[in-house]
Order: sequence, then structure tokens, then C-alpha cells
Amino acid sequence: MPWDEGLVNSLVYEAPDPKTGRVLGYAKAINEALDIALEHDPGVFVLGQGVDDPGRMFGTTKDLQEKYGAARVFDTPLSEEGMMGVCTGAAMNGMRPVFMHNRPDFILLAFNQLVTHASKYHYMDNGQTTVPMVVWAAIGRGWGSGAQHSQSIQGLLLGVPGLKIVMPSTPYDAKGLMLAAIADNNPVLIFEHRWLMKKDGMVPEGFYTVPLGKGVYRRHGKDVTIVGASHALEVALQAAGKLADEGIDAEVIDLRTLKPLDEQIIAESLKKTGRLLVVDTGWAMGGVCAEIGCLAAEKWFHYLKAPVRRVGLPDVPTPAGYTLEQFYYPDAQKISAVVREMVKK
Amino acid sequence: MIKYAYSGSGLKDWEGRLAGYDKKFLVHLFRDMLRIRLIEEEIERRYREDQMKTPIHLVIGQEATSVGCCAALRKEDLLYSSHRTHGNYLAKDGDLKAMLCEMHCRLNGCAGSRGGSMHLIDKSVGMAGTSAIVGGAIPIATGAALAAQIQGLDRVSVVFFGDAATEEGVASESLNFAALKKLPVIFFCENNFYSVQSPLDTRQPAREIYKWAAGYGIDSVRVDGTNVLAVYEATREAVRRAREGGGPSFIEAPVYRFRAHGGAGDDSQSGYRDPAEREAWEKICPVESCFQFLAHAGVMDAAQREQLHAEITREILEAFDYALASPNPEEKDLYTHVYSN
Repeated sequence: MPWDEGLVNSLVYEAPDPKTGRVLGYAKAINEALDIALEHDPGVFVLGQGVDDPGRMFGTTKDLQEKYGAARVFDTPLSEEGMMGVCTGAAMNGMRPVFMHNRPDFILLAFNQLVTHASKYHYMDNGQTTVPMVVWAAIGRGWGSGAQHSQSIQGLLLGVPGLKIVMPSTPYDAKGLMLAAIADNNPVLIFEHRWLMKKDGMVPEGFYTVPLGKGVYRRHGKDVTIVGASHALEVALQAAGKLADEGIDAEVIDLRTLKPLDEQIIAESLKKTGRLLVVDTGWAMGGVCAEIGCLAAEKWFHYLKAPVRRVGLPDVPTPAGYTLEQFYYPDAQKISAVVREMVKK
Repeated sequence: MIKYAYSGSGLKDWEGRLAGYDKKFLVHLFRDMLRIRLIEEEIERRYREDQMKTPIHLVIGQEATSVGCCAALRKEDLLYSSHRTHGNYLAKDGDLKAMLCEMHCRLNGCAGSRGGSMHLIDKSVGMAGTSAIVGGAIPIATGAALAAQIQGLDRVSVVFFGDAATEEGVASESLNFAALKKLPVIFFCENNFYSVQSPLDTRQPAREIYKWAAGYGIDSVRVDGTNVLAVYEATREAVRRAREGGGPSFIEAPVYRFRAHGGAGDDSQSGYRDPAEREAWEKICPVESCFQFLAHAGVMDAAQREQLHAEITREILEAFDYALASPNPEEKDLYTHVYSN
């Protein structure tokens, strides 16, 4: 997929300085997290369609089966709901499964087990059991991924009590959040983005975690607050760079975890800037953008100097052809244009 | 018209096979079935008083499956179940007071009032999880078996479900995976011929369910679901296979629910099944036929039965009083255990 790969590579916008730390690729950072977890905890096992095939799930599961055996790192039948239930049952009985999916679209087949079982047992049985499991998937984009291989489903799951939702945007976070998710005693979804998989970044060796539910400032500014996660944040940072040249000073917050949501960091920034733009890889309607926008109206209205804006996907399925797709995904220009409108006197 | 007739031969052929059984064990099987029956009848009697605000699915007529199966299990073996949980919970040594508190939505119910009748979950006795989505617990029991296999434990998991659950895709997925990995799980299908009010022949082609399961390479049998000893022996064999690493088993037990799918009373007169069909099955009632069999074999007598009856009745009344006097949860209890720390 040369076209796709070209775009992916072009988005690795800033190479980290190798002198100040160890530089690692995004997929390798996840691979390292899984390796550490498997070594550290005999309850951890990794499964999913193709985790031991030559592609090794973008390289995230490379060498793991060789190192830990086929009983702990294994391919599965094409039974998404069944395997989600198997993970739930194993998690309820002392294991910590990491269930890998090539695309979030396939998790939709398993909503019954994820939404109606895994997320609810701890509550339904009054805390007798815990369901510590990680469900991982990489959002697709480009080269004809189309309506069924590109869906960002975090918005659909945001309203499900009992679930946690993680969306990293750097290799450092991808490793630290994976280790935190595995250590967590609840079902945690990690949505990666296909286009971040080739990104490099500073990644410490050994075990560390990035706390779930904590956002981080990626850029400080005074004119407008842009919040988001994953690849949407990448694009927002590009926009912020361009806007800085025009004298517009954007503050950019990487949420890292959408559920639980770090409301405090959003409030803190909004108090300063008075303007909020929410960006997301998913649909603007009813999703992450809508929820955070509503929070602003409900809790932080008095900070607002301008209407809250959102930049997500239009209420349209993903077209497969690049000819239409170019109008579908918001880019840095689109974000910049929205910010310019927001700060206009 | 009787559409689904009883096709078993009852307990009459079993007298010659009693030699290997301890008398106490046999009386215990009967006692457990009688206890479930009497508890269910009391729940049914009181249901219209509207103190139990929970959708009940009575197991009257289906006592032998739970009791026969659980008699072959250890305490630490895990039982997973559907919406029809009462018999499973009691047979797995669940606490009657905790059950009735749960049914009255009290704080000290076995699931703290969050479960109700459909989610009698109690880890302390291995009643490990239930699902009110048909077939929902099947992959979860399979996952519990995977955990045991990876952990090197000889623990077995059993999942109860009805005939309709075999129509769910997830049942196929689970059987396939369990067979693939040779997991220590027992799939226990209580075939009572009706899904709510939909008969089996509108939902499945004319083939036997256990043969469908055998298609996955799983050891599958059909046993008489009204015969507690047949169920016990089939489960014992499945448990042995599972503990020895021989993989999963599937047990189909044709059985009849004497009541409606949900709620109190029978609804046969509504027309989806002939009341004559229920009456025919009532003649081979699992509790009554077990008593007749044991009495005929000289294992127990009517006086002993009377004594058990009185003893159990006292226990039930006491447990209801306890439940009704138990505290309700408060608003703050709504917010606990959404997440685990």
C-alpha cells in the first residue's frame, strides 16, 4: 500500500532527539509493553486474529509467541463475540487477557459480550468478580479502507458504564498506557490509529505506566484550547504550528484517556483561553466532541468567550475512494480555519 | 395435541444399578429436588403479593437437571447459568436467605440487589455468573475453562442454557473454541422445547441438538432430564473427561417446564402448547418419580419424606421472614462497584 504508507510517513512530523533518550517506533513500544506484561505476570495472555502471523499485528506482537509459547500468545478462530466472552470468563477467573483486533470495526461483532457482559459483571454481582481485560484495535484510514475498515467507535462506547477508553498518540504513551491498562482491574479499550504506527518517539526502557484518566498539555497557549486524542491530536498540533505563525496561540491538550475523562485539565485551560475546540477521529455527532462540548455548556459556560466548536467526521460513512475521502477527513487547514473563526474579534 | 412427548424410560430400569450408591447420597438427591420444588412453589404463591419485584423464571419440573449435575461437581467447580437460575443456585449450595434477599431487592442479597432473580451470583459457592441474554454465559464459561487450563487447575466449568441458546452464533463459536483447545467445560443444554412461547420446530430443523454439538468434535450425549441419576452419571463422566484433559462435553437433557416462561402459573391455555402436553409430563414429575423409585427400592419411606417436607418448609418460612426484615440499599449504594480499583 505505497500510497497509504507515503501518507503515514509524511505525518511523522518531528523526529525526537536521540541524544536525550531512547527512540523507539510506536508499534515496537507496544510490543515492549506486551513483552514486559507477559514476563511480569503469568496471568497475562495475548490473543487475536493474526497475532502470530507474519505481520504480527503491525509488529506489536513480534517474537512474543516464540518467547512465551502458544498457550499464552495465540491466534483465534474468527469468532469475535465468542472470543470476547472467553476473555471475559478468563478475566473473571484470575487472568488478564489482551485481545487484539486489526480494526475496531470487528469489535462491533462483540458488543453483546463487551457492553452487556464484560462491562457489567463487576456491578451486577456487587463487586464479587473483576474483569481485568484489555481490548486493543487500530483504527484504519486510507487506501480504500472504506466504510467497514475505518470506523472510530469510541463515541459509541463512551456512554457505557464500566468501560475505560484509551487513545494514545505517542510511542511513550502507547507503552505506558498499555501497561496501565493491563494492570487495571476493569475492561479497558485501547484504540490506536493505523497512521501512528510508524511514528517514532522517546520510550524509556523497562516498566512504567501512564495513569488512566489523566490528560497532558502538548502545547501551551492563551487564545484557544484544542482537546482531543490519538491521530486527531496529531493533526491539531500541525494546525497549532501553522496558527502560531499567524500569531494565534493555541493550547493543545492530549486527553490520552476518554473514559474516565480528565475534566480538570480541560476546565483549567478553558478558564485561561475561554475558547474550546474538540477534535476527534470519530463522528462529531453524539461522540467525543459532542460529550465534551456538552460538558463545556453545562459546567464551564461562564468561561466561554465564543461558541464551542467541534471538528470530527461528518455524519457520513467513510467513502472507500481517495477521490471522496479527501473531503471526508478534516485536516490541519480545516482545524486552522475553525480556530481563526473562533478567535476573530 | 402432544407435540413434544416424553421419550425416556424413567427410573424403573435403574433399580439394578443402585448397588454402587450410598443411601444417604440418594436421599440427599431427593431432598435437594424437593427443596427446590417447595421453594419455587412458595415463591410462586407469594409472587402476586408483589414484594418480589423481579422477573422470575421458575424451574418447577426441571429440578433433576440442576441437582443431578451439581451432585457431580466440587464446590470450587464453576457454574454459569442463564436467566433461569433458581435451581442452579440452590443445587450449587447457594444460600437460601441470600437468594430470597436478592429476590426482594435487599442489600444483603447474594448480589447486593443488583442482580435479582436472573443474576443469582455467589462466588463463595462457585455460582460464578449468569446472563439474561440467551447464550450469553456460554463463552464466559468457556473462558473460565481456558483460565483453568492456563493456570494448571483441575477445575471444571459448567454452563446451563436452554434449547434456544444453541441457535445463537456465540454457542457455535464457543463449542468450536472449546473443542479446539480441549477446554474443561461442560455445555449443559436443558431442552424444554419452548423459547418463551415459540416451539422448537419453528426455530430449528428436525435434528437432535446433541448431534449438532457432536459436529464440533465434542463428546455429546442425550440423557433423560427427569431422571436425576441419569443426569448425575452423565455429568460425572463429563467431569472425569474434563479433569483428565479430555476436553469439553455436551449434555442435552430433554425436560419440561410446568410453568410459563416467566412469572407465576402456567400459560399453556394461551394456545402455544397443549395443556395435555404439560399434564403428560407432570405424570413423570422428576421429584415425585424419584420418591416413588427410592421408596420402591426401600431407600426411604413416606414418613421420611414427610419429615423432610416439614423441615424444608420451616427453613423456607424462616428465610422469607429474614428477607422481608432485611435492609434495603440506600442511594449511595447505587454508585459502588461500577469500577474496580
